[in-house]
Amino acid sequence: MAPAPSKLYADDVSLVVVLLDTNPFFWSSSSLSFSQFLSHVLAFFNAILTLNQLNQVVVIATGYNSCDYIFDSSSDLNRSFENGRMPVMCSSLLQKLEEFLIKDEQFSKEEPDGRIKSSLLSGSLSMALCYIQRVFRSGALHPHPRVPIDSCYIGAQNSAFLQQASYITGGVHHKPQNLDGLFQYLMTIFATDLHSRSFLNLPKPVGVDFRASCFCHKDTIDMGYICSVCLSIFCKHHKKCSTCGSVFGQAQSEVASASDKKRKTPET
Amino acid sequence: MASRHVTKRAKYKTTIKDPGTPGTLRLTLEKILFVPHNPKSAGKLDVEFRFIKGQKHTKEGSNKPPWLNLTNNQNGSFIFEFENYSDLQYCRDFVGKVLAKSGEVSEKPTVTYPDEQLSAAEMELRIKLLQEDSELQKLHKQFVLSDVLTEAEFWATRKKLLDTEANKKTKQRLGFKSAMISDIRPSTDGRTNKVTFNLTPEIILQIFAEKPAVHRAFLSYVPNKMSEKVFWTKYFRAEYLHSTKNSIAAAAEAAEDEELAVFLKLDDILASEARWKIRRVDPTLDMEADEGDDYTHLPDHGIFRDGSKDMTESQNELYRRTLSQDINRHAAVVLEGRAVDVDLDDTRAVAEALAWSKQESSTKRESDGDTNQERLARVSRMTEIEDLQGPNNLPSAPLCIKDPRDYFDSQQANALRTSGDALGRTEQIKCSLSTQEVYGSLRQSISVIKAMGLKDPIVKPEVAHQVFDALTNSISTTKYHIGKNPHESVLDRLPKKTKDELLHHWTSILELLKHFWASYPITTSYLYTKVNRLKDAISNIYPQLEEIKGSVPSELRHQVSLLVHPMLQALDAAIQHYEADMQKRSTGSVDKPNGYV
Repeated sequence: MAPAPSKLYADDVSLVVVLLDTNPFFWSSSSLSFSQFLSHVLAFFNAILTLNQLNQVVVIATGYNSCDYIFDSSSDLNRSFENGRMPVMCSSLLQKLEEFLIKDEQFSKEEPDGRIKSSLLSGSLSMALCYIQRVFRSGALHPHPRVPIDSCYIGAQNSAFLQQASYITGGVHHKPQNLDGLFQYLMTIFATDLHSRSFLNLPKPVGVDFRASCFCHKDTIDMGYICSVCLSIFCKHHKKCSTCGSVFGQAQSEVASASDKKRKTPET
Repeated sequence: MASRHVTKRAKYKTTIKDPGTPGTLRLTLEKILFVPHNPKSAGKLDVEFRFIKGQKHTKEGSNKPPWLNLTNNQNGSFIFEFENYSDLQYCRDFVGKVLAKSGEVSEKPTVTYPDEQLSAAEMELRIKLLQEDSELQKLHKQFVLSDVLTEAEFWATRKKLLDTEANKKTKQRLGFKSAMISDIRPSTDGRTNKVTFNLTPEIILQIFAEKPAVHRAFLSYVPNKMSEKVFWTKYFRAEYLHSTKNSIAAAAEAAEDEELAVFLKLDDILASEARWKIRRVDPTLDMEADEGDDYTHLPDHGIFRDGSKDMTESQNELYRRTLSQDINRHAAVVLEGRAVDVDLDDTRAVAEALAWSKQESSTKRESDGDTNQERLARVSRMTEIEDLQGPNNLPSAPLCIKDPRDYFDSQQANALRTSGDALGRTEQIKCSLSTQEVYGSLRQSISVIKAMGLKDPIVKPEVAHQVFDALTNSISTTKYHIGKNPHESVLDRLPKKTKDELLHHWTSILELLKHFWASYPITTSYLYTKVNRLKDAISNIYPQLEEIKGSVPSELRHQVSLLVHPMLQALDAAIQHYEADMQKRSTGSVDKPNGYV
């Protein structure tokens, strides 16, 4: 019954690299509090580790000014943070997270204010992909790892980027409706390993928003202007391309306007 | 065609009974022109071949005068009476050829291009492309033949297609065989003392290419001093002498016959060429040898060679020709490639063509100063130490622009979006707190959770149950609508005809919109008319899409309308822009940015 793609994964071991968005500006104004969020998420990590002895979880915090690894289940450094109230791994993760936030705040003091308050997602994504490449180079469970990107979006709007990323890489994108039950969403959808996904039915979005985002404001647009040299997209007319520096065709239309000045009324 | 036009004296008759107006008939590839001798008479005729359907003529040998009757599309006829039947024949052939040529073109899309000159080759290329790709042909038929787009506009965006096709047309030229056929082994007849050499044009070409002295001799001796046959006989006599390895006899015969001596001597042209080449060896050439270069263990050095020459010494140096020299020369000629492309049967033509090509290459050599400089520069470049260099070629990834049809059915998401977030602005985080405050609150959450531990229970059972239900519900409904297989799309569930129609509409809408948006800002009147044409074509699509929706069974109607929705959105946006622009023009606002007309 299983079609050919499932043969890529012979077993149900997972390496899950989690990018945790710790943008303080978002969390301070979110309906779900950060501590509630953390408790769902920490339980989720624990659960993944119990599914299979060989499973591995790595957590990278995506901050406002920097990104860093805050947890790796395969390392032995987790022993030192004993705390009777919660599993050992959770306390070590929280400790590291706190240290990360202090450092991140330091960077804020050096930078001027007024930047768009977004997280450094591309940075942490690059870190995650490099980590995965390194593991597969040295390990070699699978010769050609396919890295599906799953995304769980918490927030009011929609992220076209995450939808597209999940669609293209073969992962699953979901926006939980009921945030009290976040843990249930995480367990049902995101804890599934790649081998099982070939016969499990995961929620599929009705459609993916393939619209591009403009380079100037990061808005998703249907129609815009494109630089013919580097294909950068802009939502309104610019004099110069901000990516490649090519000047857009001002000269031509200026000449045209000079010669056509005589004809004021269009020919019908 | 051999002739581009025909001019004959003839009489032009409008009907058979008409006595006919004498004059001159001139036929060109495009038209028929008849000018009467008497300028005052009314029989002048100027008709294009496009309108001529066919021709009839009276038969030679019958008692009728030589008449040629050309019928046109409106069933009229032009009758010409010639002076004799041979004239008639000539004209008839010419007309036949023109009609045949136009006949094969008229079945294909329109021939006249008022705004561009096309060569016949380019037209053939376009016709070929259209025939190969039915999708392209449908688009072409839909837009160009119904005058929405002109031929030039249609092909302007497909230059890449035309280029690749044109490149494919260049045929590979055959080179020489690597077997040394110029080393011919004669067939000997035991009874008589005759040896027979077989000579084909191919062999002649190879001989000329490999032995420039023979080539030169041919050019100078034939046909002045001797006939071709005699030439070749002498040549083979020389070959025979070589094969007997009797250098004494060779020397003797050479002394007698001057022409034979040419064949027996070493090729002096080759010798001088070799000396020239040695002076110009490229020092940067990498002479690393590997196993593939080891041919010494193969019989005959791996080259098939006619005839068997063994390696005995011969006393007369001048008349010695070694195997290695022959092989090297042959190899060099094969690698050079075929320099001439003429009909091989005419030996003289071959010889001349070869001489001409050699002359060209030798004049190229004369500009030696530059190449020397270039070589020196290259030498200095290559002696750089590679270890100390950085990488200087960056790998480039080819541009991969995906076919928009692949993403067609995933566009339903856009259809479901309400107008409220049509623009999808990124969520601007409204935060009135300062940086310090937000970080502080975050850290506090962490301390809270550290103190309290994880929530207990993590999730309330009824919430979990709700979530689970909702998920299962949505999974099963999408499965119903979209299909079990995650790779299956809505399109596959529609009947094939509808699917093809929808996809075709999608590509044609893309084509129209491409041209539409490219025409803005309108700076010339040409663009203005073009935009109007396109707008009319766009308006015609709406009813067609409605029709498709109607033709589908009711359970699929919703899917189809979801699929059609983004197309309608795109068309609406275009029409909106058009109308806004029209309004701006009609109100005549003076302040026009960017050179708007």
